[in-house]
Amino acid sequence: MTTPAIDIDRVTKIYRRHGHSRQFATLKSALLTGSLVAQLRPEESFSALTDVSLQVPRGVSYGVIGSNGSGKSTLLKLVAGITKPTRGAVTVDGRVSALIELGAGFHPEISGRENVFINGIMLGLTRREITRRFDEIVEFAELEEFIDAPVKTYSSGMYMRLGFAVAVHVDPDILLVDEVLAVGDEGFSLKCLDKFAEFKRRGKTILLVTHGLSMVERFCDEAVWLESGECKTSGDPKRVVQMYLADVEQLEDELLAAADAKAQASVQADDAGETADEDAAAPMPESEPEVPPEEAADDPVPAEQTPPPPEGEHAEVDEESGLVNMFTANEGRWGSGAVRIEEVTLEGDRGAGHVFHTGDRMTIRMKIRAVQPVQDFAFGISIFSSDGVCCFGTNTDIEELESASLRGSGEVEFVIERLDLVEGTYKLDVAAHKRDGFSYDYHRLLYTFRVKSRTKDVGIYRPRHVWRFTDNVRFKATSAPTAASDGADAVADVASD
Amino acid sequence: MLSNLGQLLRYRGLIQTLVARELKARYRGSVLGVFWSFVNPLLLLLVYNFVFTTVMPRGEIVDLEPYAVFLFCGLLPWTWFSSSLSDGANVLIMNGNLIKKVMFPAEILPIVAVISNMFHFLFGLPILAGFLIYYAVPVRLAELVWFPFVVAVQFILTLGFAMVLSALTVHFRDIKDLLANLLTLWFFATPIIYPMSFLSDRGKAIMDLNPFAHLAISYQEILFYDGPFGHWKWLLALAAAGLVLFLFGYALFDRLRDSFAEEV
Repeated sequence: MTTPAIDIDRVTKIYRRHGHSRQFATLKSALLTGSLVAQLRPEESFSALTDVSLQVPRGVSYGVIGSNGSGKSTLLKLVAGITKPTRGAVTVDGRVSALIELGAGFHPEISGRENVFINGIMLGLTRREITRRFDEIVEFAELEEFIDAPVKTYSSGMYMRLGFAVAVHVDPDILLVDEVLAVGDEGFSLKCLDKFAEFKRRGKTILLVTHGLSMVERFCDEAVWLESGECKTSGDPKRVVQMYLADVEQLEDELLAAADAKAQASVQADDAGETADEDAAAPMPESEPEVPPEEAADDPVPAEQTPPPPEGEHAEVDEESGLVNMFTANEGRWGSGAVRIEEVTLEGDRGAGHVFHTGDRMTIRMKIRAVQPVQDFAFGISIFSSDGVCCFGTNTDIEELESASLRGSGEVEFVIERLDLVEGTYKLDVAAHKRDGFSYDYHRLLYTFRVKSRTKDVGIYRPRHVWRFTDNVRFKATSAPTAASDGADAVADVASD
Repeated sequence: MLSNLGQLLRYRGLIQTLVARELKARYRGSVLGVFWSFVNPLLLLLVYNFVFTTVMPRGEIVDLEPYAVFLFCGLLPWTWFSSSLSDGANVLIMNGNLIKKVMFPAEILPIVAVISNMFHFLFGLPILAGFLIYYAVPVRLAELVWFPFVVAVQFILTLGFAMVLSALTVHFRDIKDLLANLLTLWFFATPIIYPMSFLSDRGKAIMDLNPFAHLAISYQEILFYDGPFGHWKWLLALAAAGLVLFLFGYALFDRLRDSFAEEV
C-alpha cells in the first residue's frame, strides 16, 4: 500500500472578500486609526473550497470538472503550493509541475533561449539538466528558428508553446494542468495530448482541470465534480460527467423558466392596461372582423402568419420570407381576450421542463378559458429557432378541424411524438384566434425551450435516418458513439446491414 | 522562519540567474548596452557638479575640493540605496504572475532587486577610482580595508528596508508614491551634496538618527577626507541595526507571505 501522490484532507480555503471600506483603505488611514494589523485581517470571507477530501493515487489521471467559480483552480493552486489551505492539509508526494499559466516568468526583453534556462531553473531544474534537454524543448515548441529572438516578438501561440514545452520537460512526477489545451493550433494540441498520454504510460500522476468533458471521459481514470467549493461526487469519470451534465441541464431549465416568467410578467403588466379594451371587445364577438370575411375564408392563416396585431409594434414579419426576426420581434401578447390562454407548460419524458433531447416526446399543454361561449375559434403553435427561422407552424384550422363550440375552461395539448430538432434554443408562439386570424389571445415568443443533442449535426431538422453501406465500406466499431447518443436504432441498422 | 532563512542559500542559483536576467534585460535594445551602468552615474554626477559649482557656487567652504569626488562618494551609494528601495517596493506587484501562478519563493524578488542595483553600484566604482586618480586624492590602504565592510553594512540595511517595503506595498499600494517623495527628502536630509560640517550642533544630533548619513560619512571619510577613519563606531552600530532590521523585515515578509498570492 503506497501513499497517494496527492492527498487532500478535509481542506477548506477561505478567501477574504474585500468590503467597500477595505478597498479604499490606505496606509494613512491604517496608521491613523492604528488598525494596521486589523486591516490585514479579512472582514468578509468567502469559502472557495469547503471540507474537500480526495486522494489521487500514484499513476492515475484525475479529472476535475465543475462550472466556473466552483473551486477547481483553487484546488489546483493548493496542490501546486501557491496558496495554503485555511484548514486541512494538502500532502503532495513527488516533483510537481504546474501548467497553470504557461510562460509565467518569461521576461519579454530577453531571448527565448535565456528564458528557457531561467524558466527551467524557476521550475526546479539545474542548469545542466536544462542544457541536456534544451534541444528537445525547442523542438517540441517548434521554435528552432526563433529561439534567439526576444520573447516579446513571439506570437501568443509561440509564447504558450515555449511555456508548455519547458513545463512538460521538467519531468515531474505529478503534472497539474489547468485548461491549457487550447494552446496553439490543432497539430500542437494533438502533440500535447500525446505528451499527456506518454506521461500516463510512464506512470506519472496527472491532475487535470478542464471544461472539456469528453477529454475527461476519454483520458481520465477518475474524476471529481466540484460545485461551489464542495465535492459533489467522485469516481468513475463517465458517471461523474453524466451527473454533472444532468445538473447543468437542470440549471439551464431553471434559467429558461426564470427568463420566460420574466417575459410573461412584463407582458402581464401591459395586459393590465388593456383590460378595459378587453371588456369593450367582449360584447361584440359577432362584430365584423378587420379582415373581410371572403378574403379570410380562402386564406386561412397559420398562427405565425397572423396579420400584425392592432398595435402593429409587437412583431416584425418579413413579408417575403415569412421570417420573424427574433431580435427585432418583441415578445408580446395581444388579442381581444374572449378566449384566454392562461398557462402554457412544456412536458417531456421526464415531466415539465424546458430542456429536451433530440427525439424526445414534447407536449405543449395550454390551459384555456373562454370568457363566454364561442363558435369560431382555432388554436395554433409555431416554433422558431434562435435566429428567427420559423421551424414549424400550424393551427387547427389549417389542419381542417372545424370549430364547433368552446365554453368555460379546458386544456389543449399539442403532442410532438419526436422532437427531431437539432441542438439549439427555440422559442414558441401559441395562439387562440378566430379561423380568419382575428386574435383572441396571441402569445408571441413567450416560451423558450432548449434542445440538446450529443450529435453535433447542423441545420434545424434532424430526420430519423439510417446509413446503409455495402460490405466493402467498413467503419471501425469505435466510431459508433457519435451516432449512439440519440439514434441507437440507426446504429443497429448499420451493424445489421 | 530560521529554516526558511536557511533555504535562501539553496536559492542562490535562482537568485544568480534572476540577477543576470535583470542586468541583461535592463539595457537590452539600447545602443550603449551595459555601458549605461557606467554612463548613468557619470551623467548624474555631471548634473550635480554643474549645479553646485556653476549655478550655485558654494562660496566659503573650501575643504571640499575637488567637489566632484566628494559628491561622487555619496551619490553612488545613494543611487544603489534609493533605486533598491523603489524597485523593492514594486517588485512583488511587478512579478505578480510568478507569485500567483507558480510555486515561487517570493523573498527572492526583493533580494534580486537589491543585488542587481548593487551591481550597478559596483560598475560605478571604476569611475570613482578614475576620479580619485585623476584628482590625485590620497587614499590610505588602512582606511580602504574598511570599504568592503561599509558596502556589506549598506547591503544588509538596504535588504532590510526592501523586505519591509515589498511586503507592505502589496497591501498598501500608496507606499509606492509616498516612497518616491520620501526618498527625495531623504536625499537632501543626508550629507551627500553638503558636508557634515555644514550643520549646526543640533543638526548634527538629528543627523545621527539618519542611517544613511552614517554610510555616506563613512564613504567620504574613507575615500575623500584625509585623516584616520573615525566613524567606525557608528558603522558598527549601524551594522547591528541593519541586521536587526533585516531580521524584522524577513519576519514580516514571512508572516505576510501567504497573503501575497491573493493580494497581488
